[in-house]
Amino acid sequence: MRRLASLPPLLWLGLFFLVPFLVVAKISLSEPAIAQPPYLPLWDWADGVLSVTLDFGNYLFLATDPLYLASYLSSVKIAAISTLLTLALGYPMAYAIARAPAGRRNLLLMLVILPFWTSFLLRVYAWIGLLKANGPINGFLLATGLIDQPIVILQTDWAVYLGIVYTYLPFMILPLYATLSRLERDLLEAAADLGARPAATFLTVTLPLSMPGIVAGSMLVFIPAVGEYVIPALLGGPDTLMIGSVLWNEFFLNRDWPVASAVAIVMIAVLALPIALLRRIQAREEEEA
Amino acid sequence: MSAAIRVIVVLGFVFLYAPIASLVIYSFNESRLVTVWGGFSTQWYGALLSDPQILGAAWISLKIGVMSASIATLLGTLSALVLVRRGYGRTLLGGLVTAPLVMPEVIIGLSLLLLFVAMEGLLGWPAGRGIATITIAHATFGTAFAAVVIQARMISLDRTQEEAAADLGARPWRVFLDVTLPGLAPALVSAWLLAFTLSLDDVVIASFVAGPGASTLPLVIFSKVRLGVSPEVNALATLLLATVSLGAIAAAWLGSRYRS
Repeated sequence: MRRLASLPPLLWLGLFFLVPFLVVAKISLSEPAIAQPPYLPLWDWADGVLSVTLDFGNYLFLATDPLYLASYLSSVKIAAISTLLTLALGYPMAYAIARAPAGRRNLLLMLVILPFWTSFLLRVYAWIGLLKANGPINGFLLATGLIDQPIVILQTDWAVYLGIVYTYLPFMILPLYATLSRLERDLLEAAADLGARPAATFLTVTLPLSMPGIVAGSMLVFIPAVGEYVIPALLGGPDTLMIGSVLWNEFFLNRDWPVASAVAIVMIAVLALPIALLRRIQAREEEEA
Repeated sequence: MSAAIRVIVVLGFVFLYAPIASLVIYSFNESRLVTVWGGFSTQWYGALLSDPQILGAAWISLKIGVMSASIATLLGTLSALVLVRRGYGRTLLGGLVTAPLVMPEVIIGLSLLLLFVAMEGLLGWPAGRGIATITIAHATFGTAFAAVVIQARMISLDRTQEEAAADLGARPWRVFLDVTLPGLAPALVSAWLLAFTLSLDDVVIASFVAGPGASTLPLVIFSKVRLGVSPEVNALATLLLATVSLGAIAAAWLGSRYRS
């Protein structure tokens, strides 16, 4: 029975998650063509002779056209800045929830999770209205006299940072909360008894012990943020360069499937290290559980 | 706790909820300009409910959501069983269940589409793309999320009851159906609802694997929203939010009754 239970999920995820990557890898080595589907076959069987044509041209193209390198770097930069901002907001929130009285803790946690249940697309869309030049945020700032001209946030990288922090905040708070709530109070009391000030206790005890949560939360934000498409499409401007949008355009506008596949393969290579890091932390948590 | 942390927490929750509140408020705005208040009105709800494109897309999304969430809950339960009870192929499955959670959606969408095209060339199935291919795609990432939710519950499950049932002579299948499954029930409901919600929300993957004639609700919303703010979308958002909030309250109420 045990073997039987493994079979359906392994087959399903193998066929619809693992095999597709091999197909992408294969097509990334094919030559683009005006055909249906728009690429040439990798191997050919004619007169009993198997001929395989590997075309590394797509990768060469990525390496030589500066647009792609710039997009990868810009995506990693936008994702890294957003991750740091999410951590800066998420850490104090997770800390406060972990220290809240037991009765209130579940309510606060639910308040963190609840937005995750409402549409991601609509929550990103809400910011378009809020950030517009004649929107409520600029209206408020103008009315209070803090600014005398509407500030332009929409269609800049700042709006993209904001959108990523906003939509991925629960992914940061939950793993941080998990490690912070498991922290032994005795350790903090011991540090205080030995004369450490609250700031020193935090830096030498709380922060190092919450490192697994910090890394897990950061990876859960960083990895999907690198390939984000909807947030830059709705909130970013024409100068916002992200590799998810480049892949989208190669596929939908240029209909260049092989180059889109090569973009995807390089993106997976960029993300391999963060994914391995996340997997290691999760495996360790599973061992402890 | 220091005052500074309190301020950050309050601001954090304002940050999380203010945009959602703004969607609701502006859905009752008379003005087409959305962010300029022009008086109270429910006209956009009327416009929404008489828009055949949106209603048709909502029906398609509902069908895909129910089918994919059911497949995902089934596969998620089996995955959790294998991962928690140390079944066969645990290491490989652990990786396969974690990766879709973080993998950028453009990659999942592109890779599934290329698989479907390759399969169509080799096997003749799936013929074209539509509801079936979207359902398969959603069930795949839904399985990963369902597995995480069910896994958490399975770890905290008291195994002595299962052992007692086995000692009293129940066969493994009976133990699973009569003891394990009822114990998992709240997590199964959460997992199904989560997979359903994620399916109802997906734009990127559906853009790749949808065919003509299978436009889901998020695809229609996205095409409207790209052209700028639209009061009908605000009305739709409010209706969806009301449904989700009612669902969440019902789930919390069921959960508290279940525990007591």
